[in-house]
Amino acid sequence: MSADRDAGDRTGGDGDRASGDSAGIGEGASSREAFRPPDHPNDHFILTTVVGSYPKPKWLNRARDLHADADSGFDDGDWAEATSDASRLIVDEHECAGLDAVVDGEMGRNEMVEYFAHRIPGYEFHGRVKVWGHNYFDKPSVVDEVAYDEPWLVDEFDFTNEVASRPVKVPITGPYTLASWSFNEYYENEEELAYALAELVNQEVEALVDAGARYVQIDEPALATTPDDHAIVGECLELIADGIPDDVRIGLHVCYGDYSRIYPEMLDFPIDEFDVELANDDYAQLDVFTEPEFTKDLALGVVDAHTAEIEPVEEVKRNITKGLEVVLPERLTVSPDCGLKLLPREAAYGKMKNLVEAARAVERDLDRGDLDVATPASADD
Amino acid sequence: MPTRARELQLNYFRASIGVANIKGGAGILRNLKGHQKSDLIDGAESPEISAVYDRARERVLTDQREAGLDRVVEGQLRWDDMLAHPLCIHDAVDTKGIVRYYDNNNFYREPVVEGDLDFDGDLAADLETAAEAVESESLQAVIPGPYSLSDLATDDYYGDEAAFIEGITDFLVGEVEAFPETETLFALEPSLVVNPPGDGADERASEAIGRVAEATDAEVVVHTYWGALSEKVHAHLLDAAIDAVGYDFVSDHEASLYNISEYGTKESVALGVVDGQNTLVEDPETITERVEWVEEKLPVQGFDRTYVTPNSELFYLPVAKYREKLAALAEAASPAEVSAA
Repeated sequence: MSADRDAGDRTGGDGDRASGDSAGIGEGASSREAFRPPDHPNDHFILTTVVGSYPKPKWLNRARDLHADADSGFDDGDWAEATSDASRLIVDEHECAGLDAVVDGEMGRNEMVEYFAHRIPGYEFHGRVKVWGHNYFDKPSVVDEVAYDEPWLVDEFDFTNEVASRPVKVPITGPYTLASWSFNEYYENEEELAYALAELVNQEVEALVDAGARYVQIDEPALATTPDDHAIVGECLELIADGIPDDVRIGLHVCYGDYSRIYPEMLDFPIDEFDVELANDDYAQLDVFTEPEFTKDLALGVVDAHTAEIEPVEEVKRNITKGLEVVLPERLTVSPDCGLKLLPREAAYGKMKNLVEAARAVERDLDRGDLDVATPASADD
Repeated sequence: MPTRARELQLNYFRASIGVANIKGGAGILRNLKGHQKSDLIDGAESPEISAVYDRARERVLTDQREAGLDRVVEGQLRWDDMLAHPLCIHDAVDTKGIVRYYDNNNFYREPVVEGDLDFDGDLAADLETAAEAVESESLQAVIPGPYSLSDLATDDYYGDEAAFIEGITDFLVGEVEAFPETETLFALEPSLVVNPPGDGADERASEAIGRVAEATDAEVVVHTYWGALSEKVHAHLLDAAIDAVGYDFVSDHEASLYNISEYGTKESVALGVVDGQNTLVEDPETITERVEWVEEKLPVQGFDRTYVTPNSELFYLPVAKYREKLAALAEAASPAEVSAA
């Protein structure tokens, strides 16, 4: 199957970006201050955001069906207009909820692999395959060398950035997941395909940075399936981060996995922030991240993305303080566990609103000294 | 050199594929079934839903016959929970959350056995429908092997591992006894590779497999995949009263060959030489070369029967690609090839 690398073979961590060394700590902390709103009410600042996807308004799904029907007369221009309207709506909803870094909810994206594969030469589509039950996706095949043609997300970012008054985060599917969730007909193995795709993701991140993006999140859910491949993901991230300025915040999102199998190795990844889902199993895996010391910013899931019940503010506050067992407040980001797109929209909004309210309340408690934060396991110095 | 009957055999392909791509099938099922956990096949589906599956079954039987396969399967189209299907629809089983199907990006409902696994008849009913359309000498039954089925499930009734696999085995024996006449029975046992049984459990797994095999007059092939069996598990499996072991020559051909070289195998063999999880369609020549490679490397005088088959289920593929794979398989294993060998 995949190469039998282990952490010992890695060349990761020798780049000049945040790599788990002391220089990295400072960079992570400074890049997040840029997200503090001018009117932020508290001295402490816990960055609030979402992972990425968000429920689509019902009319957008109808528009998509129309767009798919060649006889409907609903053309590409109509579709672009529809997705723009939806993006504006969701950005507004995120800002209403009070999030510090917003996303457009990925309104123009259909699925996290398909969307990118349609834009990468070398990919072909042969039809849908089952995921579970009666849920399918159009799993693409790599039949030729993959290449970078035109930007994938720059238009989406430009639009979102224009309509948003808060800083924008850009989620982008990582190369390891793009490789794992495709049929590989061309490359020697999945690892080689992942590295080839990582070069393309690097070009895309550069294009996004040129367009003004300062917060990019690499989504690698496939790592949860095969955690022993963490060295491949690390190598991909080295390729992605190459040449990206230090003031650009790079996050990595992983979900629904056994984190003990990628920790502490992931501390060597050249990222500023590690985003994990932990609310789902009530922080059963929190201890994994306390030994050795967690040296990245922690983006902690504090509401469950797969239950429609809206967690009360008090419960979310308690979840946020779980994060303070791992990192200091200035290194803590809070978000839902995962993308919210499968929830009813009211539930998604309610969760975000309570998330923000709880974060502000925890900040207040910290300002007043009301919250007794045990210093996380600290380094010897 | 004895004549080898190189029979082409197609193992368990589910056409989630077939259903989704039969014109209108996907839309009909989406409306009839829905997308949630509770909407999966439960053994008590409506006549409207059954009719869609019946049409899809006819279609995949036609696909296989048109490709020219020697053995055809009913397609396991209703197996929403993949190999866990016979348990997930059983009255004595409660289904919990969605869990990952081996190392794939596929999920099934976790079956929790909460009572005695008595006779159900679901597998036999689907096979009966297929038997009405094809001759029994070309029909192949497909079941999850007892070890894999117990590995995919959780026991909340039998008490311990040994009692659980015994209960599952009793259940499978009853199901298989109700089958119409078939030429072959494929028992799929990926768990023997992926999550191999330890000391004692390996012996029990082989005994269980043997008991299921005794329940039918069909030739029984125990197919293993996603790698090669450990030496000990392989050795125990050869003790079972079965007709052939199936080996995955896509995932790990060297280790599979090693097992046969070191321990021998049954009189017949199944060679998984077509990749069931990649859209790259093998040339018939490539398939033939792979089969010949195995035969040349082995210090044996050939097998009574060689089943040439994909290494895994085919439901991972888009429907157009699975049809191409069938055509390549059929061409590779055509009689002309056999006589030329």
